[in-house]
Amino acid sequence: MQRNDGETGSTTAAFSLALFIAALTLITVYIFVAKIWWFPPAITAFGFQIDAQFHRTLVITGVIFVLAQFALAWTLFRFRDQGQRASFFEGNSTLEFVWTLGTIVMFVGLGLYGEHAWAEAHFQGAEPGALQIEVTGQQFQWQFRYAGPDGKWGQTKPELVSASTGNPLGLDPKDPSGKDDVVSPVMYVPAGHEVEILIRTQDVTHSFYVRELRLKQDAVPGMVIHMHFDATVPGQYEIVCAELCGLGHYKMRSFLNVVSQEEYDKWMNDQEVALQQQ
Amino acid sequence: MVTHDTGGGHHHPPTGFIRKYVFSLDHKVIGIQYYFLALFSVFLGMALSLLMRIHLVWPNAKLPFAPGGQMTPEQYLALVTMHGSIMVFMVLTTAPQSGFGNYILPIQIGAEDMAFPVLNMLSFWTTFVSLVVLVSAFFMVGGAPISGWTAYPPLSALGQITGPGEGAGQTMWVIGLAIFCAASLMGALNFITTTLDLRTKGMTLGRMPLTIWAWLITAILGLLAFGVLLAACILLLLDRMAGTSFFIPGGLVVTDTPITWHKGGSPLLWQHLFWFFGHPEVYIAILPGMGVASHVLSTFARKPVFGYRAMVAAMSAIGFLGFCVWGHHMFISGMSPYSAFAFSIMTMTIGVPSAIKTFNWLGTLWGGKIQFTTAMLFALGFVSLFVTGGLSGLFLAQPSLDLYLHDTYFVVAHFHLIMGVAAIFGIFSATYFWFPKMFGRMMNEPIGKAHFWLTFIGVYCIFMPMHFLGLAGHPRRYSDTSGANFLAPLHSVHYFITIAAMITITAQLIFLFNLFYSMFAGEKATDNPWHATTLEWAIPSPPPFDNFAGHVPSVYRGAYEFSVPGATEDYIPQHLVPEKVGKAY
Repeated sequence: MQRNDGETGSTTAAFSLALFIAALTLITVYIFVAKIWWFPPAITAFGFQIDAQFHRTLVITGVIFVLAQFALAWTLFRFRDQGQRASFFEGNSTLEFVWTLGTIVMFVGLGLYGEHAWAEAHFQGAEPGALQIEVTGQQFQWQFRYAGPDGKWGQTKPELVSASTGNPLGLDPKDPSGKDDVVSPVMYVPAGHEVEILIRTQDVTHSFYVRELRLKQDAVPGMVIHMHFDATVPGQYEIVCAELCGLGHYKMRSFLNVVSQEEYDKWMNDQEVALQQQ
Repeated sequence: MVTHDTGGGHHHPPTGFIRKYVFSLDHKVIGIQYYFLALFSVFLGMALSLLMRIHLVWPNAKLPFAPGGQMTPEQYLALVTMHGSIMVFMVLTTAPQSGFGNYILPIQIGAEDMAFPVLNMLSFWTTFVSLVVLVSAFFMVGGAPISGWTAYPPLSALGQITGPGEGAGQTMWVIGLAIFCAASLMGALNFITTTLDLRTKGMTLGRMPLTIWAWLITAILGLLAFGVLLAACILLLLDRMAGTSFFIPGGLVVTDTPITWHKGGSPLLWQHLFWFFGHPEVYIAILPGMGVASHVLSTFARKPVFGYRAMVAAMSAIGFLGFCVWGHHMFISGMSPYSAFAFSIMTMTIGVPSAIKTFNWLGTLWGGKIQFTTAMLFALGFVSLFVTGGLSGLFLAQPSLDLYLHDTYFVVAHFHLIMGVAAIFGIFSATYFWFPKMFGRMMNEPIGKAHFWLTFIGVYCIFMPMHFLGLAGHPRRYSDTSGANFLAPLHSVHYFITIAAMITITAQLIFLFNLFYSMFAGEKATDNPWHATTLEWAIPSPPPFDNFAGHVPSVYRGAYEFSVPGATEDYIPQHLVPEKVGKAY
């Protein structure tokens, strides 16, 4: 069966496909540029670094996206079947070399550029004097523990864990260093103060995620993972779980309250007073 | 036609129905069996995703299967798990490789069958059993597992206590997967042996169609990857049933109940094993699509593949690097942050052969005489989707950006475009291209084009907006958007996606109709309706039982001799004797 010119609807098909690919490309670029759906503003200096790297990546991939899709659209339209004979060539070593080298430099270079922010988050420890907060995930809530005035964590025991009776972390009442440990379902931190979080879980894997911090870290059973941040913009931010942890995954939510030092001190004081009244 | 003695006589067509169509040893029948298994699975998987999409937008919708009428969070997560598992294993792994590979590979290399026909039959029926076991998870007490297709322990390891579906449902899931691994290992062995040992005279490695290269590399990946998943599944099963603690550390407390009978295991071990399989699996899904796209683009551009050697090198590089990048799924998992460096750079590097392939596809089209058959439209769509889905990988490959984007809808958009939809476009392209050979009839082109347009526009409308959900920080696998305040403004995006999904999924019924209608009432196909060059077009449509009726052709040239100057036709079949080039054929 000979496919005659026109039988495959060349011009109409080529034009429609080229048009759709071009339109799709432009609409996508528009939504990215207009930032109709976007990150919330960052509240740490680290967050701005992440945003800068995101923008670098977006510009590079955006240019490649537009060039590649337009090249596809143009090529398939330009060389549609109009009864011509196709030209014959089987490749071009120079071109292969150029675009291989070009993409290596661009992709690997971009990757190397972005490692700096990662290094800052993971290779450097928290600054001395950082406020330590233990973050514990459990199906399906977060618990935040502060060591209290003595600066020591009280011992916890799995068999003492009882969320229903108000001891969600299993603090051992016989351990004096645990007497002043504040356990809260929401997180308070003073603005502009380095905070170190110790992320752990009691049951399954969870993931601590605050969009405004540009931070996400899995809470892994059997591990304690350290992260640090310095939030400078006061406000209330949502903490959600980003790793599937069971049927209540979607509602495992808490709040990060970034407040002034005075407000923080007052909140902490209220917690300690409440502890002593128990 | 020059033929050589095949020493035949060892291979007779079976006569009974059972041996001919059920427990067949014929690679063509087995290929079609795999195809229909994948076809059933893809519609099941799509139905599950449709229910998910409906629930996300209308959480109070009355659904027939849900007790009390409304979908519960655990039912939603069961759908998440089963949609992913069915699509990845039963569709993306079976259709392009085991389906088309089985049918086309032996013919394209000039073999009468696969190297091990009995093993081939066994691998299909083992796959069938694994599908039955996997789907049976739905009917277990507590329903299907809620731990996703990645099944991270301890959620997946501790049993019913961690949630509904984590009892018998999860057990059936693990067993189903383990069986699937065994089946895939058998298939991989067969593909590799067949390709290396059964090529006809003149079919050197450098003359093999790119489809063959793709199936060969995929089989090697499968051989190396499925063994690891099989081991991981057995370990998980032991943790669940035999009280071992490979993946479970001590001191856990689940809903106030201390877990005292496990200690010393590592949840990260599962993630390493799973992703050591899981990342190559991505390429197992997409490499055959790359092969098909290259093949179809060349055929309908009437031009040789641009940079054949570069294409083979790029596929090999993707296959090799595919084993070095599993850690990019684990940047925030708690593994050493130093290793993230290495995984990140390796992942950025894997973008290079992917880019080379894209350039070469454009080079193949350039200067061509492009015929817009339905198969070609899907191949062109494949290129567009591959570019779009690939580029978002450059974000996710950077651990610093992964801190924000990991486990958000951005990831869902990325892998659906590149590994899901692009691979599906490869399957569609292959279907429209080889259907005439497989069933002896043409598929209906106008219906096929309607299917293409609805699908191409539809998948972009479904998956492009998911990038924006991800930018807004929307975590994936949320059964409900009421759990966090920042999700509320995203409802309009979800609504748009759901409508697009409903239309796109409905459009697949057009394909189903075309497939069955054409099978029985399509226009009769000639031996070589596309004027293509490879060996499957040298034999009748559909082919006889042993493919070449005892006369296996020799091969005299590469696979993509289109529009060669001096030739009478714009294609020179691989088997055409040199004296005939330049004369009418």
